[in-house]
Amino acid sequence: MSTMLKYQEKELKIVGTRPLRPDGVDKVTGRARFGADYNLPGQLIGKVLRSPHAHARIKSIDTSAALALPGVKAVVTREDFAEMPDEMAAVGELMINFRDVTRNMMAREKVLYDGHPLAAVAAVSESVARAALALIKVEYEILPHVIDVVAAMKAGAPLLNEKQYTAGVKPKPDHPSNVAKRLEYGHGDLAAGFKQAEVIIEREFNTKPVHQGYIEPQACLASYSADGQAELWTSTQGHFVFRAQCAKVLQMEVSRIRVTPTEIGGGFGGKNNIYNEPLAIALSRKSNRPVKMVTTREEVFRGTGPTPGANVKVKIGCTRDGKITAAEAELNFQAGAFPGSPVNQASMCAFTRYDLANVRVVGHDVTVNRPKVAAYRAPGAPIAVFGVESVIDEMAKKLGMDPIDFRLKNAAKEGTQTYYGPKLGPVGYVQTLEAARAHPHYRAPLGPNQGRGVATGFWFNIGNETTCSLNLQEDGTLTLMLGTIDVAGGSRASMAMMVAEELGVEFERVRPIVGDTSSLGFNFLTAGSRSTFASGMACVIAARQMIEKLRQRVAKIREVPAEAVAWKDGRAQPADAGVAQFAPMTLAEIARMGGKTGGTIAGHAEINAQGAGPGFGAHIVDVEVDKQTGAVKILRYTVVQDVGKAIHPAYVEGQMQGGAAQGIGWALNEEYVYGDDGILQNPGFLDYRIPVASDLPRIDTVIVEVPNPNHPYGVRGCGEVPIIPPMAAIANAIENATGLRLREQPFSPPRVLKAIDDAAAAKG
Amino acid sequence: MARIALSSSLAPYTDGVLELELEVANVRQLFQALGERYPELRSHLEAGIAVAIDNEIYQDALLQPIDRDSEVILITKIAGG
Repeated sequence: MSTMLKYQEKELKIVGTRPLRPDGVDKVTGRARFGADYNLPGQLIGKVLRSPHAHARIKSIDTSAALALPGVKAVVTREDFAEMPDEMAAVGELMINFRDVTRNMMAREKVLYDGHPLAAVAAVSESVARAALALIKVEYEILPHVIDVVAAMKAGAPLLNEKQYTAGVKPKPDHPSNVAKRLEYGHGDLAAGFKQAEVIIEREFNTKPVHQGYIEPQACLASYSADGQAELWTSTQGHFVFRAQCAKVLQMEVSRIRVTPTEIGGGFGGKNNIYNEPLAIALSRKSNRPVKMVTTREEVFRGTGPTPGANVKVKIGCTRDGKITAAEAELNFQAGAFPGSPVNQASMCAFTRYDLANVRVVGHDVTVNRPKVAAYRAPGAPIAVFGVESVIDEMAKKLGMDPIDFRLKNAAKEGTQTYYGPKLGPVGYVQTLEAARAHPHYRAPLGPNQGRGVATGFWFNIGNETTCSLNLQEDGTLTLMLGTIDVAGGSRASMAMMVAEELGVEFERVRPIVGDTSSLGFNFLTAGSRSTFASGMACVIAARQMIEKLRQRVAKIREVPAEAVAWKDGRAQPADAGVAQFAPMTLAEIARMGGKTGGTIAGHAEINAQGAGPGFGAHIVDVEVDKQTGAVKILRYTVVQDVGKAIHPAYVEGQMQGGAAQGIGWALNEEYVYGDDGILQNPGFLDYRIPVASDLPRIDTVIVEVPNPNHPYGVRGCGEVPIIPPMAAIANAIENATGLRLREQPFSPPRVLKAIDDAAAAKG
Repeated sequence: MARIALSSSLAPYTDGVLELELEVANVRQLFQALGERYPELRSHLEAGIAVAIDNEIYQDALLQPIDRDSEVILITKIAGG
């Protein structure tokens, strides 16, 4: 059934080089158009009224005064959206509970978090829209709230959904709970494994929600026409998925919505979900005018999904010679106001770097009065790995082993049985660890108050539905229309490189663009490190299809059998076997004759890519701890990662550096701070501190290439893995510098200083 | 018959059964057979189960063939950021 292409080693001319990206000039000159840059004549401005309470029952919403304000053209509330059943529905290749989706985009019975949307208005200007929001009267019944995941799991905690019973538990619980789901993975005999252990370490960790920190807030423009068609321009990681979800909640036919993706100023998982898009379409439908909605940074923090905070417990047993005999973890993840945290992926990633005979991971998905969480690079994995890699480091130290040698002794490799399912195929974890150990960074001397940490990460990588269309233009140049969004990582360049490599033409002759939802068939999100693997596979299939058509066409033109025509070096040439001789034809020559010899020539691919190859990474970090202030400075950072094959090494390095930079921010400073009233205290980049350039050294990279056998160029994927190890690596480095093991993220100056002061007080 | 193994997270929906053998020719037949045998599992199959056939993971691949001597493991579908 699978039509996927297998890896073939061959001499490469373009893949592996570093050409300039086709979207680069527009990006650096300011011509590139992002979500907020789109406008239509007569457009209105849409704004959202948000809850000022963490948890409250909505007794009434009165929009009459707002509607009466001159300049206000439409208002929508819960009344304008259909009730959806409480069940999982297949939409856009995802199974989604639309009861929750409709309630997250517009509160119904209750508001469930500070920032929860209650109403939206469309007006002739932003100031009128804001004035209208102030005129909407909402009567609340304030309810007790719960923010912390451990508190939310306790009996008697304020319930967000009185009809939610913990799934995955038999028999079905008698009482509703904020624990939406319990899951468990594992194999072997855990008790026997711990009995066999000579050293056991058991620790508990806590992390805070952190935001993806994309620079461009969500922005969209919707236009609904009198014949029931809608156009939408939006900043998204998946325009087909957005279309599907908007169609569902607005009860429209999918083909009546056309979504054009704008350039995207970062997403990292945060732009996988609809927020304002259905509101903008509904407001446009009601007002008969285009409606533009641009979120503020404060709205981004209060109303969109961060990654969860969590409580993590880890226990590892080991023999004195360094063999892990048993490993156990409990992962308690905040889901936000609705179920659906990434605790499942986190559970599957927690220990997969190690070859373990006895292992168990239990996860809980817990609703709390915070915004519904969203994906963030390698969703959930960094949180689990912070706990596991911290204990691994502590274990290595206790055993007197080098931390990389300890990992190598227990490393997963081809044939390792994972505890979540299959055995691993060819993977590059050992090669990655060996490359890290051999790096000069690992042996460089350290100064006073300085320490070095190591940690590693694993991510599955994924495939999924992918489409593209490759068209030969009349002058012999090529246009490549992609269904996969380029989330600014440079994937358009990588796709064009693979097509150019296949066809044997210069990279510059392939012009890649991202098509709108009416131009191609369904294409999944850019997520899970799938783009270069899955879209690359589609591009190679389309290119090979085009080559086959080119061969057939030249055979007809030159009046020779098709098997006499070979495609080599960008030209149709006589096959080596010498079936028939003929004058070779270039792509331009064939294109010029295309219209008169049967029409234009194109290649297409509509696939569901299978066979993604897992990726592994190892990070080394040096820190210096200021014992007077608690500030942690990153002195040196090296990322080593198996990516299968780097199509465009510069963009792979960019992914590795970007992931590390975000992980450093996660480790050192980032956290959502809530007051006792359940209100977010730091919804802006002044009080929520992401790293800036001066915080970071140059991040060194080492690309390891162990080919994925299920991709024609051996691609695995690279975007998720590099955010997994930093939190643990930095915690391990701080311990190496100070002797203090930090188990509460972030390791911000006040927290580090407190740990230093507490340790000094304990010593007396 | 193909040997079928389920991830332990699915145990609550199969009365604890995590291994069985089934005569199925593709993933769709596998899901149908499992859904009939374990009705509580049906919604989970629909809601996002991937399969590893002889250690190769397939997502949303209902027509993927399963050989008589294949080993099939049901796992949760993987998304990402």
